[in-house]
Amino acid sequence: MKNWKKWLSMLLCAGMATGLAACGSGGGAGEDEPEVSDGATAITLWTYPIGSWGDAATVDSIIASFNEKYPDISVSVEYLDYTSGDDQVTAAIEAGTAPDLIMEGPERLVTTWGAAGKMVDLSDLWDDEALADISAVSEAVVNACKSSDGVYYEYPLCMNAHCMAINYEVFEEAGALQYIDEETRTWTTEDFGKALQALKDSGVETTGVVYCGGQGGDQGTRALARNLYSADFTNEDHTEWTMNSEAGIKGLQQLSDWVGEGLLSYDSGAQAADELQLFANGTIAMSFAWNASNESNYAEQVDFTAYAMTFPSDDGVPELDGGIYGFGIFDNGDEARIEAAKTFIEFVCDDETQGPESVVASGFFPVRSSFGNVYEGSDQEERMSVFNSMMPYLGDYYNVTPGWAEQRTAWWNMLQNVFNGNDLEESVNTYVETSNAATQAALGK
Amino acid sequence: MKRIKATPYKVITAVVLAALAFFFIFPLYWILTGSVKTAAVINDATPQWFPLSPTLDNYQRLFDNPALLWLFNSVAMAVLAMVLTCVTASMAGYALAKKRFAGRALLFSIFICAMALPKQVILIPLLREMSFLNLHDSMWAVILPTVGWPFGVFLMKQFSENIPGELLEAARIDGAGEARMFTEIVLPIIKPGIGALAIFTFINCWNDYFLQLIMLNSRTKLTISLGIAKLQAEMSTDFGLIMAGAALAAVPIITIFLMFQKYFTKGITMGAVKG
Amino acid sequence: MNKQIKPSIMKKSLTRRETISAYLFLAPALVFFVGFVIVPMVMCLVTSFFNYSMTEFAFVGFDNYKEMFQDDIFIKALANTVLIVVVAVPAVTAFSLWVSSAIYKMNGALCSFFRCIFYLPVVTGTVAVTVVWKWMFNKYTGLFNYVLDSDISWLGDSRTAIWCIILILFTTSVGQPIVLYVSALGNVDDSLIEAAQVDGATSRQVFWKIKWPQIMPTTLYILVITTINSFQCYALIQLLTSGGPNHSTETIMYYIYYQAFKLYRYGYGNAMGVILAIIIAVFSALQFKVAGKKND
Repeated sequence: MKNWKKWLSMLLCAGMATGLAACGSGGGAGEDEPEVSDGATAITLWTYPIGSWGDAATVDSIIASFNEKYPDISVSVEYLDYTSGDDQVTAAIEAGTAPDLIMEGPERLVTTWGAAGKMVDLSDLWDDEALADISAVSEAVVNACKSSDGVYYEYPLCMNAHCMAINYEVFEEAGALQYIDEETRTWTTEDFGKALQALKDSGVETTGVVYCGGQGGDQGTRALARNLYSADFTNEDHTEWTMNSEAGIKGLQQLSDWVGEGLLSYDSGAQAADELQLFANGTIAMSFAWNASNESNYAEQVDFTAYAMTFPSDDGVPELDGGIYGFGIFDNGDEARIEAAKTFIEFVCDDETQGPESVVASGFFPVRSSFGNVYEGSDQEERMSVFNSMMPYLGDYYNVTPGWAEQRTAWWNMLQNVFNGNDLEESVNTYVETSNAATQAALGK
Repeated sequence: MKRIKATPYKVITAVVLAALAFFFIFPLYWILTGSVKTAAVINDATPQWFPLSPTLDNYQRLFDNPALLWLFNSVAMAVLAMVLTCVTASMAGYALAKKRFAGRALLFSIFICAMALPKQVILIPLLREMSFLNLHDSMWAVILPTVGWPFGVFLMKQFSENIPGELLEAARIDGAGEARMFTEIVLPIIKPGIGALAIFTFINCWNDYFLQLIMLNSRTKLTISLGIAKLQAEMSTDFGLIMAGAALAAVPIITIFLMFQKYFTKGITMGAVKG
Repeated sequence: MNKQIKPSIMKKSLTRRETISAYLFLAPALVFFVGFVIVPMVMCLVTSFFNYSMTEFAFVGFDNYKEMFQDDIFIKALANTVLIVVVAVPAVTAFSLWVSSAIYKMNGALCSFFRCIFYLPVVTGTVAVTVVWKWMFNKYTGLFNYVLDSDISWLGDSRTAIWCIILILFTTSVGQPIVLYVSALGNVDDSLIEAAQVDGATSRQVFWKIKWPQIMPTTLYILVITTINSFQCYALIQLLTSGGPNHSTETIMYYIYYQAFKLYRYGYGNAMGVILAIIIAVFSALQFKVAGKKND
């Protein structure tokens, strides 16, 4: 009896001791529940790691400036990740503990949670001035932020274009630079093929890896496959998936052929993170998962020139996949908190001084034309101008097509099928059928 | 016991065992060494078997997160679940094994059947319940279902079968109350079993990644398992950082296990007779 | 069971008192069990007949169950799950029995050394173990390809992925059975063994005729626990392969999670859970029947 008690109490003591240690060092860094004084409103914000919006120091300073102006609204933040974030939001919605504010893109805010009736209509934030200002940059952004029945569930802050990158020195050595247009950073499918051949001839073992081990960074493989022969990923109304079109199949066939000829590799065990690491190590000569924020994340590890390029396209005019990031509000039934959340959005996205700073924190580009070049005069100006020059190539934002989540899973499984030597057309058709069935089911609701 | 002769079979066995031991230790070794390697070393295709230029950089970055708080949360959660499980399961196991009452057989069958049910299936209903009880995003949301899990009751019932009925009978004739009988006769006999159950529960609760993932969201309430999983980002895989987290998670629990393994194995010895 | 009190002595009032005290002892456990296992379980069973999602809740009868058996991925997941169980359970049981037989006669320190070694992956923590294996299996920076001088995408090839999963599952599963077997073997009555040896029994005969029957309850327990754990293999899949490549590592447990948490199809997920529970129960019952015959 004594022994048993003794060791139990020892365990408890160990627990307490760890606890004390934790409160000493960890507690300071943690975000405790904000203290709410009378008349104040406390709201919560969950962010996905969009540039420095996933970084506590940056977000804290944004909240500090917000509180200077609105001391009565306290904001506490939780940081989600792309691996388990969605599950946590699902759980929170079902448990009734969803946050007030959430930062992500239309595929989640509008197509998923908005369509499920969990979000607040943000139409009053979209006043004429905002509408005009954002439309001036891109009509597509405006359309992406509202549901099919015209309700705005997202108020956007920033956008970016996903692109690819090449190892400039390796290309130079292989004599492959002749195939790219350094002025516009574009290339044709034909030239891309020649570049792959040149790389291989010069002894590059692995030129690039079409990764398909999961959905991480799948925008890269989508953009690559559809651009080769300018295929449409969905129809115009975003009600059907269309990669089984002639152009879509041709593009995938081309990829499969290159893999077969050893000009390109694939890896069903890798996701974008693995591919980027290989690129950063110099093991492979190109990455299909590039963008402005990855460039800065990997800057320390890269000891060559990571040269950003658009995706190759038969007509030389690429259509890039974009990201549109902004805020949505979960309907928690509390008017005061919804109002406070709207105040926060207006401050972060629309305020003349804070707005551009919020955009810079994301590492992407503003959706408002009035913000101009937010990187002007900063040490990032030159770097960012490259990516900015790609923004006009931004294509259709098809991510808002219902059934998006099923489509993503079907996509990487389809790629695995294709590269493992299964019948290409059949695999693509299965993918389209699966995805369309999901879309129909979602639309039928 | 006879002195073991070195037959060829024995020699082969010894060699194979040693090889296996190496195979089982290696992942832990790789975690510990990986946690002090630089990104360049980790991402090199040629592995460095021993960290030649150890760095604490990974740990520094790990502690930019409230990692110790996560560790504390894990320990506190597992200890609470462990204590509650031991108390409830030993009482219930004793009653099921030694008392004859209406509904006993049925109740035991239900306990057994419930063990087969995959936990993940009941997560959505559990979420609703936790939200109703206002416990979502608190460690109790993980503890309560863990305590409810019927495994402990099943185990303690098996251990309690060992209690000699005559002893209880004698105590009853002496006029001992139920509570006294339990604390003075039953508990000392099933004590080793409780020790075993304690370790099982602690480890299971510690490892129940999915329940934690669904029930907890605040950064300050995460557990160390969740914390490590969260260190994997979409656009980069920082193995050094993740290994530092894994080391931080593994070392305390291994220490506890080594300290108490005597109780653990002793408990099993008593129990396994009856299966 | 062991002690039967004669009904004639046992008066009605005594029975009642016994029942009341039994339920008092059971009460704390029952509160947790009913509250956090039975209630959600019933909710799960009921909602499996509903089209239950984030937005909907409509009775659909057996539709979820019908859909399941027309769902190719579910069938594939079922096949993979059964494969994992059929491979892992005998392998774990046989391996731990072999290791235990080899080490239980060793001197105390050595025996507990080995026991600890094999228990290490369990106490290291699932997530920690999984991430280190993920690294070791990495196609480019992993140890396996370096040591074997190969260029295999271990977790990305549908031929190898599921075996990698089974291997990891195996290393995290043998710890407990070894501990159990070592004590069970240590408890085998030595006098019986000596008597048999005097009669000229070979060590194989001693094992099968004397030790094996005596450790049967332990074997049964190990079989059942390992079966349940293997059926519920989830974290490994989620952290390593997301069910890929080509659904070759999709397990029912992962597919349930995918349907419920990615597609919000709670009703459908619950229906699959009910089927999985039935399958596990059938497997366990079979094991009880086959292995447990003698010990009732």
